[in-house]
Amino acid sequence: MIADGPSIRLLPRLDLDNEFFWTSGADGRLRFLRCRACESLVHPPAPRCPYCLAGYLSPEPVSGRGILESFTVNYQQWIPGSERYIVGLVSMIEQSDVRLTTNIVGADPKDVEIGMEVEVVFEHQDDVYLPLFRPVERSAK
Amino acid sequence: MTGVVHEEPLEKRSIISGIGQSEVGRKLNRSDIDLTVEAAIRAIEDAGLTRDDIDGLATYPGMGVGTPGFAGPTTPEVQDALRLELNWHDGGGEGPAQIRAVIAACLAVGAGLAKHVLVYRTVTESTAQGEGGRKGIGGSGGGGGGVPRFSGFLQWYLPFGAVSAANWIALVAQRRFHEFGLTREQLAQIALNARRNAGLNENAVYRDPMSLGDYLAARMISTPLCLFDCDAPSDGATAVIVSHRDYAKDARHTPIHVNAVGTGLKGRPSWDQFDDMTSMAARDAAASMWKRTELKPSDVDVAELYDGFSILTMVWLEAMGFCDRGESGPFVEGGDRIALGGSLPLNTAGGQLSGGRLHGFGLLHEAVVQLRGDGGERQVPNNPEVAAVSNGGGPIAGSMLLTARPR
Ligand SMILES: [Zn+2]
Repeated sequence: MIADGPSIRLLPRLDLDNEFFWTSGADGRLRFLRCRACESLVHPPAPRCPYCLAGYLSPEPVSGRGILESFTVNYQQWIPGSERYIVGLVSMIEQSDVRLTTNIVGADPKDVEIGMEVEVVFEHQDDVYLPLFRPVERSAK
Repeated sequence: MTGVVHEEPLEKRSIISGIGQSEVGRKLNRSDIDLTVEAAIRAIEDAGLTRDDIDGLATYPGMGVGTPGFAGPTTPEVQDALRLELNWHDGGGEGPAQIRAVIAACLAVGAGLAKHVLVYRTVTESTAQGEGGRKGIGGSGGGGGGVPRFSGFLQWYLPFGAVSAANWIALVAQRRFHEFGLTREQLAQIALNARRNAGLNENAVYRDPMSLGDYLAARMISTPLCLFDCDAPSDGATAVIVSHRDYAKDARHTPIHVNAVGTGLKGRPSWDQFDDMTSMAARDAAASMWKRTELKPSDVDVAELYDGFSILTMVWLEAMGFCDRGESGPFVEGGDRIALGGSLPLNTAGGQLSGGRLHGFGLLHEAVVQLRGDGGERQVPNNPEVAAVSNGGGPIAGSMLLTARPR
């Protein structure tokens, strides 16, 4: 038995900087801040582009595809009642230094490997849409 | 007109003149200030000083941060408990890992702000844990409408059940398995070496012999890390006295010289955004340390490298230059090289994995013991003269190079 995540989701507190990110999945799209000057994606949200220090950042949808950089199957009951679940680290296809810690869902741990292509799916919890990732089906590549 | 001035690194003006440790164990049911005062009095006496000589005070992390039992008492509490009259004081949780407090003390002494600084680190995480198991950061949640929300860096990890440093570091470990072909049998050597050495340390919390079979059969925490890859929450205080080197000739025991400190942080200060997740901040801290000394990794006779998790020690072995990047697995294979009689004796008191989670300062304490030649049954042979100490993991790292005579 492998779960999509822990038994209780500890959720982010929404604020002016992070609200766009955590609610982005309402329309099924993943968004990051993009710099209008140098076009870099910026994550976590920042007041200015940390690459070029320009101040023109705005949320922009991305493909939602990424590469699995690492993963771990959690066994310890940090959160009581949790089944095993997979924590993954995913880099975005558009810019590999933008990464998300997430859950890998819809896959047995034995089929999960570093370097595999994954795509975003959202889990709606309260006012938050958590970006989780599942393996990209071979036929869909 | 002036050329480059090659000034002596300021930290070289400092020595560690005294060390002290409180009772160390699991669920001692003693308060943090009680343990701290015990360690402090032992360290002051060990240095051949009285509390009237102590004019500086420093700790990590100071003012109550983290999970219960993590922070230890604040500097005002310790100052008042010992009625110290201070010229300099400092407590803080940001900087080059736990050892930042010792580094700050060295710089304060070098700058003439204080002559003798009491530096301490106290944990009561075992007692605070109560009857339940180890808690992750963020606690157990609670369920229902009362579940708290999280801001700051934790918001990027907690929603996904990446609740503990064990999870964040398991990602580092799994990447190393993938990228460098690291095996569980190789990683096990860090835990087995620690347990072997802990058997020779009567203050260690876990001393029963452990075999490779025991290790491989242990329950998983977060793959590929098992129970024995994680340190043991403990209770205990460690104190050191950082003095000006002018005091060296009067010290009660062999004064241990601070040769260099490592404080660099070049990568992004984040568990999941750091450029090279197989090394992280250890790479930058160690590199900055070696730039401040004539000594080389091959000069090091004993290494006390942070082992909050076994994989962090592997990272440090490479970051410190004891082996090439990615080669720490073969380096520790079989365990002979890192044993007490090996070419690089490692974590000689049992580290944190078996000695107890004294959160970095236990390793510093043991480096001084070894350089003094006071290791008893676990003494590294042939009078070790140079020790490397490191603290921290992931985006947090600091290090020190210590010598038994001025170098
Ligand atoms: Zn930019």
